[in-house]
Amino acid sequence: MKVGVITFPGTLDDVDAVRAARYADAEAVNLWHADEDLHGVDAVIVPGGFSYGDYLRCGAIARFAPVMSSVVDAAKGGMPVLGICNGFQILCEAGLLPGALVRNKKLHFVCRDQWLRVENNTTAWTTRYEAGAEILVPLKSGEGGYVADQSTLDELEGEGRVVFRYVGENPNGSRDDIAGICSANGRVVGLMPHPEHAIDALTGPSDDGLGMFLSLVDSLVNA
Amino acid sequence: MARVVVDVMPKPEILDPQGQAVAGALPRLGFTGVTSVRQGKHFELEVDDSVDDETLAKIAEGFLANPVIEEWTVRRLP
Repeated sequence: MKVGVITFPGTLDDVDAVRAARYADAEAVNLWHADEDLHGVDAVIVPGGFSYGDYLRCGAIARFAPVMSSVVDAAKGGMPVLGICNGFQILCEAGLLPGALVRNKKLHFVCRDQWLRVENNTTAWTTRYEAGAEILVPLKSGEGGYVADQSTLDELEGEGRVVFRYVGENPNGSRDDIAGICSANGRVVGLMPHPEHAIDALTGPSDDGLGMFLSLVDSLVNA
Repeated sequence: MARVVVDVMPKPEILDPQGQAVAGALPRLGFTGVTSVRQGKHFELEVDDSVDDETLAKIAEGFLANPVIEEWTVRRLP
């Protein structure tokens, strides 16, 4: 199976996302921002970084990239999509996920290993985890505060669409300690922390993040 | 040609940490009496006469502002 990883000008974490997909025995396919063709991929990862410099707002310019129109169409058809950090911001700007990401409450860029609780293990990207499991992955962002209006938050909570929540001190002021959410069908997931940096204890704080990419492969095999 | 100004502000219910940081700095700098600061963005567009108000609204709401977290206004300068 093929997992596409998008590179925008300013993307930083595409190499680690490609590596994570390969660790899970998927074939990684590099997708370019100006490319409308998804090259037959079965899933897409929108990785972290600072797409187009993040001028205007995080992810605001990237959502208009030619590749994103194809991703939005494919996601609406059920293709799994994972947005990590800047990728999460892009998916929110593109309307694939509700809400928005704003400046961290204390204004500081946060860079630390972060404990998360897996609140929903039924999405295309989280079936390898036990519900309630706590995982350790890096968090590195200046605009990671998740906000949405109260009715959207109520809907997310009511439908179990909060996928990850911060454990311990809230690092950025996210509403309800939300670290990641999913679409109504559980195929599109976005989160601020970086599972792709935690797939091997040699280079990350844990290998807890690998479960997301293994979950995807399971989802594609079982589809 | 006309000059158009688009102002974008965080919605009142959205935490504005940048505005709060400015408000917090004012008394330290000796300026008292300012009870609140909100920080937003100000865009100045030069547009030709073919750009109508509806298009400007689309530019503001679809791109310059994120309506989930921000409010916007458009005005043409005389």
